[in-house]
Amino acid sequence: MKFVTDIKNTRQEEKKQPTKVYDTKDLNLWYGNTHALKNVNFPIYEKEVTAIIGPSGCGKSTFLKTLNRMVELVPSVHTSGTIEYRGENILDPNFMVEDLRTKVGMVFQKPNPFPKSIYDNIAYGPRIHGIKDRKILDDIVESSLRGAAIWNEVKDRLKENAYGMSGGQQQRLCIARALAIEPDVILMDEPTSALDPKSTLKVEELIQELKKDFSIVIVTHNMQQAARISDRTAFMLNGELIEYDYTDDIFQHPKDERTEDYITGRFG
Amino acid sequence: MATHMTSERIQKRMKRRVALNKGLSGVFLLATTFGVFVLGVLFYQIITEGIPYINLDFLTGKLSTNAERAGIMGAILGTLWLMAVVIPVTIILGVGTAIYNELYAKQGKLQTIIQTNIANLSGVPSIVYGILGMTIFANLLNLGSVVLAGGLTMSLLVLPIVIVSSQEALRAVPSYLSEASIGLGATKWQTIKNIILPAALPGILTGSILALSRAIGETAPLVVLGIPALLLPFPGGLFDRFTVLPMQIYYWTLDASLVEEYQFLASATIIVLLVMLFILNGTAIVIRNKFQRRY
Repeated sequence: MKFVTDIKNTRQEEKKQPTKVYDTKDLNLWYGNTHALKNVNFPIYEKEVTAIIGPSGCGKSTFLKTLNRMVELVPSVHTSGTIEYRGENILDPNFMVEDLRTKVGMVFQKPNPFPKSIYDNIAYGPRIHGIKDRKILDDIVESSLRGAAIWNEVKDRLKENAYGMSGGQQQRLCIARALAIEPDVILMDEPTSALDPKSTLKVEELIQELKKDFSIVIVTHNMQQAARISDRTAFMLNGELIEYDYTDDIFQHPKDERTEDYITGRFG
Repeated sequence: MATHMTSERIQKRMKRRVALNKGLSGVFLLATTFGVFVLGVLFYQIITEGIPYINLDFLTGKLSTNAERAGIMGAILGTLWLMAVVIPVTIILGVGTAIYNELYAKQGKLQTIIQTNIANLSGVPSIVYGILGMTIFANLLNLGSVVLAGGLTMSLLVLPIVIVSSQEALRAVPSYLSEASIGLGATKWQTIKNIILPAALPGILTGSILALSRAIGETAPLVVLGIPALLLPFPGGLFDRFTVLPMQIYYWTLDASLVEEYQFLASATIIVLLVMLFILNGTAIVIRNKFQRRY
């Protein structure tokens, strides 16, 4: 019996001290002269769903895009502070972004499949990284589509153009496409805001499934969604991280008045 | 409220407004008819004059001062050789420049100046390019009036058109497509090669072929380069002297006062040139439709 309780204790301890995937310290970000992120300190934990909520323009999408440095596609961006991903500062100019983006997949607000077949959409990532073997590609395509819970819907029309799918299917295809490069982290930028309620539910169920294998950071406008699917929730306002805690605590006992105002719908 | 828009007030102007509309639509129709009419007359004259002269001997024969025996094979080959230089040079340089400007260059003051200048270059008179070509290719590089010199000069002439239209085509590719690719860890070049270029291809091809159509029809730069119209040997390579169809038309029209039949030969050559242009434009449309995609 003692042996069993020992294991139980260690497990609980593990749960108390999960590994950090990302550790953001004193992050500031400017678009030209606009100060978009202000002294953000934000650890993100392994195999959890971390939701970021906040009103439009609060910097939540900007922060998400900083995690794979996609934010740099805007030319006037500059930053200070550090973001450590698995112990390495990704804001270091010598850090290879292509490598980072291979380990950190992204799902966008609007489903954005390539104007290619379903198969080629999924195989795009692996091909970029040099996999040409047809058998390996077939295997990746199937397991990614299964992973995104869309295999049964599309297995008979892999050669068809992805644009023939519904919006909800396209978004799950985009998730499958992100899974195909076998990432460590998946970033999701309001992935259900362009979807109907039924498709939204499917994507939410999928996120619950994916968190077993991946660390997920999701930006959402929808507070109920954050409450339903996330382990931890961060509330951002005007570029600052106001409050960050377990989702239950944030929604039931917010410590900051502004968080409470926002989640009770007093503004936002 | 309803005190200003009285029916009396509206009716007073109604007739005039309707009449003006009708009158103007007539004016616009007339403007269109004028263009179509002139084109019709031109076609009629050229075809009635030229068609009787078009036969296999004319198309495959060598040039001759004797109108009966004159053929335009040399000019056809010259035009094709010219294209053989212009097509690869403009596509490689033009699309390359467009990719750099649109996708790699940092936006700034210098970039704006470069952009404006490229756009302005497409408005420079073609004879100026001829002088440039003569100075650089014919004299400085000592090539002489050969296919390569003519082709490079023509390439310079149409390059701005290719650059501007290619840049527009690249810009029209939705950014969410390239974001998806970059988000998967692709490099910029992989994204350009696999996503942006295929999507921009129809636009790039349309612009390129329009530019080539212009290069086929130009005469002025070649006159400056000293391309002869009376040339007996057929061009067989990049360093051979050559002539082209528009030059042939130019000289035959010029000498029509000496030999009356030259005018008919010019008409026949115009028909050949137009057919080549139609084939080029037709190819452009087929290719564009084939590659056109939905986003």
